[in-house]
Amino acid sequence: MIAPRLRRRVGSAIMTTLVVALCLLAVLPLLFILGDLTVKGASSIDWNFFTKSPVPAGQTGGGVANAIVGTGIIVGLACLFGLPIGIGAGVFLAEYGSGRLGWLVRFVADVLNGTPSIVMGIFVWGWFVKPLGHFSALAGGLALAALMIPMVARTTEEMVRLVPHSLREAALALGYPRWRTSLRVVVRTALAGIVTGGLVAVARIAGETAPLLFTALGNLNFSTNILQPMQTLSLQIYVYATGPFDEWHRLAWAAALVLMALVLGLAVLARWATRQRDGTG
Amino acid sequence: MALADAALHLATERLTALFHRTAAVKEVSLMFPRHTVTAIIGPSGCGKSTFLRCLNRMHELSDGGWVTGKVLLEGVDIYGGRVNPVEVRRRVGMVFQRPTPFPTMSIYDNVVAGLRVNGRLPQTTLDEAVERALRQSALWDEVKDRLRVSALDLSGGQQQRLCIARAVAPGPDVLLLDEPTASLDPLGTLRIEELCHELKRRYTIVIVTHNLQQAARVSDYTAFFYLGELIEVGRTKDIFTKPRVERTEAYITGRFG
Amino acid sequence: MTPPDITVPPASGGASVPQAEARLASLLTTNRGDRVYRVLLTGLALALPLLLVTILLELYTSARPSLARFGWAFLWTSVWDPVAEIYGAAPMIFGTLVSSLLALLIAVPLALGVAIFLTEFAPRPLRRPVAFVIELLAAVPSVVYGFWGLFVLIPFLRQVVVPPLKAVLGWTPFIEGVFYGNSMLAGGIILAIMIVPYIAAVSREVLLAVPSAQREAAVGLGATRWEAVWTAVLPYGRAGVFGAIMLGLGRALGETMAVTMVIGNRHDISLSVLQPGYTMAAALANEFSEATTDLYLSALFEVGLILFVLTVVVNALARLLVWRVARGAAIGSRAL
Repeated sequence: MIAPRLRRRVGSAIMTTLVVALCLLAVLPLLFILGDLTVKGASSIDWNFFTKSPVPAGQTGGGVANAIVGTGIIVGLACLFGLPIGIGAGVFLAEYGSGRLGWLVRFVADVLNGTPSIVMGIFVWGWFVKPLGHFSALAGGLALAALMIPMVARTTEEMVRLVPHSLREAALALGYPRWRTSLRVVVRTALAGIVTGGLVAVARIAGETAPLLFTALGNLNFSTNILQPMQTLSLQIYVYATGPFDEWHRLAWAAALVLMALVLGLAVLARWATRQRDGTG
Repeated sequence: MALADAALHLATERLTALFHRTAAVKEVSLMFPRHTVTAIIGPSGCGKSTFLRCLNRMHELSDGGWVTGKVLLEGVDIYGGRVNPVEVRRRVGMVFQRPTPFPTMSIYDNVVAGLRVNGRLPQTTLDEAVERALRQSALWDEVKDRLRVSALDLSGGQQQRLCIARAVAPGPDVLLLDEPTASLDPLGTLRIEELCHELKRRYTIVIVTHNLQQAARVSDYTAFFYLGELIEVGRTKDIFTKPRVERTEAYITGRFG
Repeated sequence: MTPPDITVPPASGGASVPQAEARLASLLTTNRGDRVYRVLLTGLALALPLLLVTILLELYTSARPSLARFGWAFLWTSVWDPVAEIYGAAPMIFGTLVSSLLALLIAVPLALGVAIFLTEFAPRPLRRPVAFVIELLAAVPSVVYGFWGLFVLIPFLRQVVVPPLKAVLGWTPFIEGVFYGNSMLAGGIILAIMIVPYIAAVSREVLLAVPSAQREAAVGLGATRWEAVWTAVLPYGRAGVFGAIMLGLGRALGETMAVTMVIGNRHDISLSVLQPGYTMAAALANEFSEATTDLYLSALFEVGLILFVLTVVVNALARLLVWRVARGAAIGSRAL
């Protein structure tokens, strides 16, 4: 007959071990993915990979230059539309958002944050691509911006709210009007955090594929025309991975590695910026 | 006896400060003659900080804060219908309990923060203003070589003096100090108390403090508040040696508060 | 110098009128800046409700022909025939729900394990690295998950997991038929891996929001670490954790790329997870560019509308639950 105390101790130990095991199991896939990408993708990365565009199907060689540039352009377009609106909405929520309108905007932002990105894609198709008559990088940028705005709004709000009230008071007591207090003191103090939130949002949209399928469409040639279809790394990976050629699969591993490096790099950068700010190791 | 109006800088007339329906300050009439230091003392919760915040129209920024009565700056009621509170705050400066330098700005930028509100000023004007303000707050010698350094690099006491410099740089008429040494060590406290004697040559000062010895050291006049009411006011020497009201004596001798 | 005695304040209004006017003038200016600023910010903020309404309108108007033609039957018809122009979304809806539920079944224990580990048991130096790794999991793009799923997970399942699974559970209708690779099982597993970080991150924030007094009270009464968690922390944060799970569900419902690459994309309802399946999101990704007729396109838009409404409802419920514990903080917004 095991003493109840011992039974409890053993039970607790088992549960603790279980918790640790589950945690390890959860972390494992990432290690495998990173490992596989590096092992299978690194060997295909060379200078050509970064500077050449895809070659016709079935042939060997070629690269993803068009996709890398395309990712940059479309993400840039998304930031152009998404960052001002997102940050503005976030500052609104922090400064004037205590009433009913603030509640509504906050709720909508959270709801939009959970919208499937494919739905955003078909929405922009119906609303922008179809009337215009053709696919374009601009449409892709709009779809990604629509994803970015609610993300950036909420992180911006959170960062601005963190600024201590005493700073606001100090500025007001100096004779700063409310708008100047908000802009020159509060937002300025929160700026590092706002930038971090922006970086995190960029990292997320840089990897998106679904919203681009019917907006930017993809383009196997090199193009910088924002009114024409454009390729991104994510679209390239999709096409290559689901295609029939081994050569394409080889290139897909490399492209996936590059995309991962980009996204992880941005995520790490965002993390580093925060660490610099609070100074705690 | 009445004083000539010209000597009066700031005065309140039956000032009542409320939060929603509760009065935190009740019908206080007080005068602050030019170039004097008036200390406001009283136990916690007696309304001294609330009263102070009425003098630069900061009270109304609190949730549910509003005011009846008058506050006269050079004879003009700052709560008058057409008066802009922002302008009032440029004429009446405030320093808070905890030092609050703007964290993203340098020492220089902190000091000129109040000046920049009015638009672009020539660099030389700003430079002069910085030196003048930092000298007035006895910080110039310590920071003159590192004006572009972040304000957060300074110690607590230095930061508070920086806040004082920031408050005097725009050239206000009145300086309100809300327990300015509460978060400082004894040396920092002493420095700021010494400053008060210097600063009153240029400004009229109202200082809220819970430290009776500080009030005795620093002020010309002392006003004793209790539960939102002004119980007694007079020359500091008189208040501390022969207070007229029993409650004042009880507070000063430490029987409560 | 002794200051003059003051006792009675003089009456106001002593200054002569021109002087008073001059002093008054210095105190007057308007604050147009405040109004402009507020209007500008409000305008930008209104973009959000505007966007939501526009999306709903666009989806609805595009879906209307299909809504009119098929009515409610669209939800339970299994036929999807672009030639005969008969569309029914039942297999997709079924597949969406099944794959998400399967994903939750796998992900919830893992995610809770992570969250509890991070908040209660992890030694201090381990906390940041582990939290960081979980954050990275959320950062992996969907298409990379799909690609990895296709080329690594599916062969792994085929060789290592399914044979013993069939041996043990092959008699149940859930593990039936030949496993070709692309299947509901693969979809469910990939989804599970993808939503673990969301559930974990939000659960962790919820658990951190539980006042430590709860924990301390239990420990003070003699509970072990685990018991304190089980009896004091978890019940308090229960609503929030449930909300976190629902947030994960919301994410799983809308996942597109990874799912469409591994699930098989077949309009079929089957109880066996070894069979291929379909989800609404995958169907949109696959067939949107193939839609040759207006009705086909409209049917797809209707699928999009259903998906949108479903995820909005699930996310709204989830957020309400999380807010109950955390009072409106932007929980999960940084969890990507």
